[in-house]
Amino acid sequence: MSAVVEVHDLAKIYGSGPSRTIALDGVSASFESGDFVAVVGASGSGKSTFLHVIGLLDRPTSGKYLLEQHDVQTMTSDELADLRSKKLGFVFQSYNLLPRTDALENVELPLAYSGVPQRQREKAARSALSMVGVEALARHLPNQLSGGQQQRIAIARALVNNPSLILADEPTGALDTKSSHEIMELLSELNREHKITILLVTHERDIAAYARRILTFRDGRIESDVSNTPETGAVTVDA
Amino acid sequence: MSLRGIIDVALRALERNASRSLLTMLGIIIGVAAVITTVAIGSGARVLVQQQIANLGSNLIIVLPGAVITSGVRSGTGAASSLTPHDGLAIAQLPGVAAVTPVVTEHAQVVGGGNNWNTLIQGVAPTYAYVRAWDMLAGTFFTQHDMDTLAKVCILGTTVVTNLFPDDPSPLGESVLIGNVPFTVIGVLQSKGQSSFGQDQDDIVLIPYTSAMNRLTGQTYVNALMISAVSGNAIDEVQNELTSLLEQRHRIVPPQPDDFSVRNLQDIANTATATAQIMQLLLAGVAAVSLVVGGIGIMNIMLVSVTERTREIGLRMAVGARSRAILEQFLVEAAVLSTGGGIIGVIVGAIVTVVATLLARWPMSVSAEAVIASVLFSALVGVFFGYYPALKASRLDPIEALRFE
Ligand SMILES: Nc1ncnc2c1ncn2[C@@H]1O[C@H](COP(=O)(O)OP(=O)(O)O)[C@@H](O)[C@H]1O
Ligand SMILES: [Mg+2]
Repeated sequence: MSAVVEVHDLAKIYGSGPSRTIALDGVSASFESGDFVAVVGASGSGKSTFLHVIGLLDRPTSGKYLLEQHDVQTMTSDELADLRSKKLGFVFQSYNLLPRTDALENVELPLAYSGVPQRQREKAARSALSMVGVEALARHLPNQLSGGQQQRIAIARALVNNPSLILADEPTGALDTKSSHEIMELLSELNREHKITILLVTHERDIAAYARRILTFRDGRIESDVSNTPETGAVTVDA
Repeated sequence: MSLRGIIDVALRALERNASRSLLTMLGIIIGVAAVITTVAIGSGARVLVQQQIANLGSNLIIVLPGAVITSGVRSGTGAASSLTPHDGLAIAQLPGVAAVTPVVTEHAQVVGGGNNWNTLIQGVAPTYAYVRAWDMLAGTFFTQHDMDTLAKVCILGTTVVTNLFPDDPSPLGESVLIGNVPFTVIGVLQSKGQSSFGQDQDDIVLIPYTSAMNRLTGQTYVNALMISAVSGNAIDEVQNELTSLLEQRHRIVPPQPDDFSVRNLQDIANTATATAQIMQLLLAGVAAVSLVVGGIGIMNIMLVSVTERTREIGLRMAVGARSRAILEQFLVEAAVLSTGGGIIGVIVGAIVTVVATLLARWPMSVSAEAVIASVLFSALVGVFFGYYPALKASRLDPIEALRFE
C-alpha cells in the first residue's frame, strides 16, 4: 500500500514574542490508502491545526509534507486550491452547506471548481448522495433537513470528487448521540466498502472507537499512535 | 468555473436577497433613468429649436433699422428710418442672396364680412413667400405688377379669416377695409401656428409693401429687410457683405456706429441650443453624481454581503476555489447588480420620456447611444465599486472564514 500522506517533523508556530504559540511541535506520521485514523487529544493540543495542514488549508512553519508523493511545500496557493478540489474532501462540525441551495447543488460544488462539465457533475452528485443514503433528498434545501441529514449531504460533497483523503473535524460535534453514531457508521462503512481514506478529529473516545487507528495529541506532539479494532455497530453509548 | 456558471451563481445570490438587491440598484436606476430622460429632452429641444427656425424661413437674415448697442437693445433716436426699399434692392444683387423682401409693419383694424379684427398688417414683396417658406392655402400671392401699380390686394392669415369670415375658409374676391382703404382678398396663407415666442403667426394680413407705404402709413422707409441666403453656409458671408454694403450706402465710416443691425436666426438658434446644452450638462452632472452614489451603495452592500457570506467563501475555498474565482464571483455579482440597475434605469427613463412626450407635446427620442453608453457605464460602475469588496473576499483566510460566526 502506498502512503497517501507522509509528514515529517511538522511544526506550526503562531505569533511571536510573548503571544507565541507552538500548535504543532515536530509531528511525523504517515497514512496509507484505506486508513481510518482518528486524532484525539485535549482541547488546544493541536488536532485542528494538524488537520488544516494536512488539508492544505494552512502551511506548516517547518517540516516536510508529501501528499501522494507530491511535495506541497513549494506549491502556490492556486496549486493547493486545485489539489484540494481534486484530492481532498472536507467534513465540518457545522456542515457548512450553502443556504438556500439544494442538496444536489451543494454536493456538486467541488466539481464546479475542478472544471467538470455540468452534466457529469449532476451524475456524480447523485451517485455520491446515494452512497450516503439520501438520494431522495436531492432537491431539499438545508433548512428543511435534520442535522444528521445535513451532515450526510456534507459527506456526499466530500466524496463527490473521488478524493484520496477525507478530512473530518469533529463531524459529530453538533449532532445528538443517535445521529452521531449513525454518521460514524456511515463513515466506517465508506471506509470498509469503498476503501476511502479518512482522517477524523474528535475529542470523544467513543467516536474515535470507530477508527482503525487512533493518534493521540498532547501539546502539539503525537503522544501515542495505536491500532484499534473498530467495534462497528456494537459500540456502547456511554453518554 | 465558466463565466456562465459564475453569472448563474451571482444571479442566484442576488435573487436570494431580491428586495435588498433592488434597493441597492435604486441609485443606478435613478441615475441611468435621469441620463436617458435628459438626453431625450435635450435632443428634443434641439429638434424643436431647429424646427422653429426652419418655420421662420429658409436661411433667414433680418436687417433692422437702428444700431445694436449691447445685449440686442436697439438705439432709438432717428435711426428707425434708416432702411429703404432701395437698400433691399441693392442687397438682392449680392452673391449668396437668394431673395430679399422689405417688411413694412402696421397694426390696424381690418373690417370685412360684417366683422372687424385688429391685426398685424405687413407690407412685403412677392419674394416674401419664399423667404419665409410660407405656402398658400388658397389663391395666389401678389405679383411684381401689383407692386408697381400699388394694387389694393391682400392675403390673409388663417386667424384673420376665421375672425372675419367664420363661414368661409377661403374668402377669395371678398373686399376688406384696411384702415378705411378697400383691399381685395386674393389669397389665404397656410397655418404656421405659434412661434417659439408664443405669438400667433397666422394673425396677419399681407399687402404689397408699395401699397402699404403709399396708401396706409405714408412712410418712405421700411421696418425690416428679410433676406434669404442660398444656403446655411452662405449666411455668414452674406451677413458680412450686406453689412459693408449698407455701411457704404449709408456713408458710415468706422468708428461711427452702424444705423442698422443684422440678425441671423441661426445665431439665435445656436444660443438657444447652447442654453439647452448647458442645462443638459448640469442634468448630466446630477446623473453622474447619482451613478457614483449608486456605485458607493453597491460597494457598501457588497461589503455587507462579503461579511455575511464569510463562511460560504471559506467553504468555497476549502473545496477548491482559487482566490481568483472568489474575486470573479463577487465582481460579477456587483456588475450584475449595476448592469441590472442600468437596464431597469433605461426602461424607467424610456417610460418617463414617453409620458413626458405625451404631456409636453415635445418631440423627444431615446437615443441608442445614450442607452448603450449608460448600460456600459453602469456595468463599469459595478466593476469599479465592486472591486474592493471582491478583493477583500478573495483574500480571506479559509480557516478563519470557516470559523466565522
Ligand atoms: N490562528 C491562530 N492564531 C494563534 N494561535 C492559534 C491559532 N489557531 C490555533 N492556535 C493555537 O494553537 C493551539 C492548537 O490549536 P488547535 O489546533 O485548534 O487545537 P485543538 O483543535 O486540538 O483544540 C492552541 O493553543 C490554539 O490557541
Ligand atoms: Mg479543534
